[in-house]
Amino acid sequence: MIEIKDLHKSYKMGSNTLHVLKGINFSVQEGELVAIMGSSGSGKSTLLNILGMLDVADSGEYTLDGVPIKNLNETKAANYRNKFLGFVFQSFNLINYKSALENVALPLYYQRVPRKERQERALKYLDQVGLKEWATHLPSELSGGQNQRVAIARAMASEPKVLLADEPTGALDSTTSYEVMDLIQKINDQGNTILVVTHEDDIAHMCKRIVYLKDGVIVEDKKVKQVRASKYV
Amino acid sequence: MFSRDTWIEIFKTIQKNKLRTFLSGFTVALGIFIFVSLFGLGNGLINTFDKFFQEDATNVLYFFPGKTTLPYKGYKSSRRIEFENSDLADIKKNFPMFLEYVTPRISRNLLVKFMEESDNYTTTGVDWGHQYAEKTIMMKGRYLNVEDIKHRTKYAVIGRLVEQDLFGSKNALGKYLDIGGSAFKVIGVFQDDGGDREERGIYVPYTTLQLIEKNTDKIDQFVVAFKPELGYLGAMAFERSLDKFFKDKKFISPKDQNGIFIRNVADQLQQNQQFARVLQIIVAFVAFGTIIAGIIGISNIMVFVVKERTKELGIRKALGATPREVISTILLESVFITTISGFTGMLIGIALLSSLGESLSENYFILNPYINTGVAIFATLLLVLFGAVAGYIPAKRAARIKPIIALRDE
Repeated sequence: MIEIKDLHKSYKMGSNTLHVLKGINFSVQEGELVAIMGSSGSGKSTLLNILGMLDVADSGEYTLDGVPIKNLNETKAANYRNKFLGFVFQSFNLINYKSALENVALPLYYQRVPRKERQERALKYLDQVGLKEWATHLPSELSGGQNQRVAIARAMASEPKVLLADEPTGALDSTTSYEVMDLIQKINDQGNTILVVTHEDDIAHMCKRIVYLKDGVIVEDKKVKQVRASKYV
Repeated sequence: MFSRDTWIEIFKTIQKNKLRTFLSGFTVALGIFIFVSLFGLGNGLINTFDKFFQEDATNVLYFFPGKTTLPYKGYKSSRRIEFENSDLADIKKNFPMFLEYVTPRISRNLLVKFMEESDNYTTTGVDWGHQYAEKTIMMKGRYLNVEDIKHRTKYAVIGRLVEQDLFGSKNALGKYLDIGGSAFKVIGVFQDDGGDREERGIYVPYTTLQLIEKNTDKIDQFVVAFKPELGYLGAMAFERSLDKFFKDKKFISPKDQNGIFIRNVADQLQQNQQFARVLQIIVAFVAFGTIIAGIIGISNIMVFVVKERTKELGIRKALGATPREVISTILLESVFITTISGFTGMLIGIALLSSLGESLSENYFILNPYINTGVAIFATLLLVLFGAVAGYIPAKRAARIKPIIALRDE
């Protein structure tokens, strides 16, 4: 599903150059649930942003579902993001003046899905995350955990190839975190490919594979026995 | 780009961001409203000027006698100048190619009686041409003619209000009036745009008036009308040659400014039109200043709006909005708001102007203020266009920002 070879990325900070990714080689198969771990500054978010086409690498190859991702202009990147990827952010990033349903329907709007079908599909995904009754509520009327579930529903609504989650539990208490992870595991059980960036060990162990990043290189890549989050819920 | 879906999305955004909508809408509406009002009031001022000069003919020179201030050719200074019938004859004889008509004005305040009713009215002895000099409009009957002057008939033309005062609802035509002790037959009733004062006047043949006053040939003042085709420069030249002719004839020093006074309406009109034009330019300048202030206002708001929406736009981009879609989201919204509010402001301004009508003409010299619809629409579209341009630049920049930067937590 994802293939990256010798990925480099550096940022200019004034006169200094900060080399964040120093040659990453990494691949993900369909249906995997991968945790990317590392301390802050290890380059894990940068890696996720490049995978999400929110940022561009300096050098290296990146293939997503057999499509080489290179020389992207903004419009092309937008179309790929829309078609291939779903995002879940630490701070939810819901549009605050839109209801839960409208937020979930937004990626479908950019896929030119007709209005009625959009509403139906959005409602279906809200139902999957257990928030059907909250469809007309604004993000400000929902709890953090509920907001993150709306965000997951939104990410899933466009039926992406890969779901990218950047510290999805970072802003949540542990009980709510486990609820969100339970949801992510269930989505993975349906065969979706998911990458989760986290620095919390327990969250990482709820995935099937953990990749450790340190100073811009992968130091360890291991399969783990998945801890089911439902135990804690 | 213009599908129903796009519009629903825009309406929703507008509805849910009321402050933003209000700010940009209000700026535009206010700008256009002030522009329309100012421009209209300026036009009203010019209307007043025009009306002022439309009451009387503009191709005329008024001659008034004065007192000399310089001794000349053996005559002492402080000599009172008088006009007489021969002066009129001389003008007709010497300047036929310039002349349209010439008429004296001998004004007397006389007691006028009809049956039980009586009052004092300004009775003016005139020639037939006076009708054109004053733009007197006949309501019924006729004005004085050449024969009346020649035969010194005792005919009178009375103003609308004189008829009203003395005859009430009865018809004055053919009745006899006692004017200053002599009986005059009413042959016509007139109205005049100059107002009540002029409509409370009576015109009689100047020759008749002179006959009553011991057969004198003196005249108080007179009006010379020149052919309109002379134009402004011709009129000025004609005025100079008449001035020279009369100073010669009446033995007034060419340097004496006070022997004869000539009021040149064409010259005054020219000066006033120039004044009005300058006024119009100033008003237009201020009005366009308002538009520019409006443009700057809407530009600021657009920059602010885009800044405020940076995060939202980042989210939209992450969800797959192309730069084009991001720009059109912002622009369509801004153009929609500015168009609606711009035309609202314009209509309110136009409504205000038409409601004013003549109400300001008494004290503020503003009559029937109006604005050319084309100008109003042009100004509105200008503001909408610049609002869009001002929105486009930050929108384009916002569309270029990498979503990762837009989404970065503050």
